[in-house]
Amino acid sequence: MKAIRFATVSILLVLPLAARAELSVFACEPEWSALAEVIGGDHVRAASATHAMQDPHYLEARPSLISKVRKADLVICTGAQLEIGWLPMLLTKANNPRVLPGKPGFLEASSLVRRLDVPDSVDRAQGDMHPQGNPHIQMNPHNFTHVARALGARMAELDPDNATAYTDGTAAFLERWQAAIAGWEERARPLRGKRVVCHHKSWVYLEDWLQLEEVATLEPVPGIPPTATHLSSLLTELGSDGGGADFIIRAPFQSAKPSEWLQERTGIPAIMVPLTVGGSDQADDLFSLFDDVLDRLLAVPAP
Amino acid sequence: MKSRSIGLPAASALLACLLAAGAPASADGDTKAEIEALREELRQMRAEYESRIAELESRLDVAEQAAASTPAADANRPAAASGYAAAPPQSPQTVSVARDSSFNPAIGVTFQGQAWAYEQDPETWFIPGFPLGGEAGPAPEGLSLAETEITVSANVDDKFTAMLNMPVVVEDGEVVVELEEAWVETLALPGGTAIRGGRFFSNIGYLNSRHFHSWDFADQPLAYQVFLGNQYLDDGLQFRWLAPTDFYLELGAEALRGDRFPAGGAANSGLGSKTLFAKTGGDAGLSNSWQFGLAWLTADAVERESGGEDDPLLFSGTTDLYIADFVWKWAPNGNSKQRNFKFQAEYLWRSEDGSYTLPEGPAGPWVVDQSGWYAQAVYQPFPRWRFGARIEQLSGDTPGPEWIGTPLYPQGSDPRRYSLMADWSNSEFSRLRLQYNHDRATLEADNQLGLQYIFSIGAHGAHSF
Repeated sequence: MKAIRFATVSILLVLPLAARAELSVFACEPEWSALAEVIGGDHVRAASATHAMQDPHYLEARPSLISKVRKADLVICTGAQLEIGWLPMLLTKANNPRVLPGKPGFLEASSLVRRLDVPDSVDRAQGDMHPQGNPHIQMNPHNFTHVARALGARMAELDPDNATAYTDGTAAFLERWQAAIAGWEERARPLRGKRVVCHHKSWVYLEDWLQLEEVATLEPVPGIPPTATHLSSLLTELGSDGGGADFIIRAPFQSAKPSEWLQERTGIPAIMVPLTVGGSDQADDLFSLFDDVLDRLLAVPAP
Repeated sequence: MKSRSIGLPAASALLACLLAAGAPASADGDTKAEIEALREELRQMRAEYESRIAELESRLDVAEQAAASTPAADANRPAAASGYAAAPPQSPQTVSVARDSSFNPAIGVTFQGQAWAYEQDPETWFIPGFPLGGEAGPAPEGLSLAETEITVSANVDDKFTAMLNMPVVVEDGEVVVELEEAWVETLALPGGTAIRGGRFFSNIGYLNSRHFHSWDFADQPLAYQVFLGNQYLDDGLQFRWLAPTDFYLELGAEALRGDRFPAGGAANSGLGSKTLFAKTGGDAGLSNSWQFGLAWLTADAVERESGGEDDPLLFSGTTDLYIADFVWKWAPNGNSKQRNFKFQAEYLWRSEDGSYTLPEGPAGPWVVDQSGWYAQAVYQPFPRWRFGARIEQLSGDTPGPEWIGTPLYPQGSDPRRYSLMADWSNSEFSRLRLQYNHDRATLEADNQLGLQYIFSIGAHGAHSF
């Protein structure tokens, strides 16, 4: 019983610190916490469950994350089953009815955009399937336009006192964002039609946006790590003269070994490309993320 | 899209060639009329195919035009000819929830099987001084099926969720369907609280509430086998409160029927067992996280059975169990998929005050304190492969001389066991495991080697930390 009294006293001491003045946003991925901060400014305190060096498919439902969801006013996640391995557990354990799916406090970003690679049928023999389509929607900047509108509206709904700030914040962001997109699309013209080998199917939205052609993935099926057999079949397929593809791309958290192995033998340049905010030293916000993605793709010398 | 319209003429040409090749063979020694008939048939088929192809092509054109004129269809992709255009807004699609509800309810089956080799006879395996209750004990020798778990779960409505877990086991050749978990839980209580009711694994300790398929070794630690009958599950109510603190703090209490080991006999008019538990945890940097828990289980037992099923030892009295558990996980930058390390240790202390009645043996008061601990480490140096080691020990008071010669009297040194394991997982849905135990818990030291498989299909719920 002493332990309980001690715990109660500790809680009472901590409570004032936990009292919030802002809208508390729990994002599953850094791109959504970045977006919430851009829109909400000082009215928002956003935290991301994952960081850019982490694969958002695989995460432990850590105690620290449970206590963050417990206090969140809004949970924004990519969805499309990207976080199926851990988000349901966080939501179950957090005892926070305001942020359960279906409530205003829960926003699934991928439900707001046109999802690619929606399979006709799902079978786990094909690897980690996402029945609702490829979830890595953040690699097409147009998708942020749709998510920003919904997120701004949701924040205004949850924090009506500051509704004007969220509406203005959304408008200001969208204005800058549209201008930035025009710039990126101008810069990206030389990339059209380039052939890409990817570690995982993390880049379909980027490929769709920039009209790149995905010729192969290093994973034999999604979610299964590259195997020696699969890599040597890729070697045969792509040839040793460097003509089989224009680059091999991987996210910062994916092992460099398979793509470097293939680079050595085929001569196709292997590059690391940030998959979200914080994925490289340069990509420290949403704008510099796409600047850096293009910098890295354009830096590859033409064969 | 164009390649599809090339496919059909190619297929019809192939068909025509096959028919043409077949024609001379059937024409052997036959009249010209038959050849003519075949030619006519071929012409008809060609005409039919051509009209169908034309129809398909026209439908394709319509579809392509429709796609081009629908703004949403190609909104995010700038057309090559017209350059990059701004994307028009899209209407939101149906919200698909983050819970695994593409099947409603979510249904999953876990297949588990094993093969064990022992030097001693597992049928007579017992730990002197620590009679086993519940499901505890070694797996059968040779090839056998472990439990096949069927799990069904879904939200009931906006305020309740429910879960069912039914292992199907084979016991002495009989197929038995057990009800392991069947509970409903609140979703909408305020203040960070939740109430669960039904049958469930008690939330005490780290391992107690974990299902067989998520254990890191093929068997439970000895302390769980002797003090909890492998895992304590019972019927009752559970209350949990998550503190609104920046660090994780969960407090909870359970009121249970007390019908199952380490309780028994549903004492106190069916309220024979109570628990309290507290868990806290946090991160240390990006790569480390931990959890620590304390729990207390107190139960009144009436003729609780342990030892053999046919002639059980009967205990009546009060049993108190205290558990401290600690888990530390490391993964570089939090990416457990590539490499990770997990350390886990628990200490269990049991204090019993009551009396034992033995079949055809002595009966008398029993006031004994016993304890046990285990520590285990599992390391995944590269994807798919994990290697683990576990060390464990039991110790306790020596009861009075009246128990000499009975299963309640410890003999010799403290029971110990050492285990090594290696497992391989092709995906998170499949796992093959090899485990070796050096078992010094019984009278004679035993070396045990086990193989195990765990495969799951269908919906598979997220695992807790």
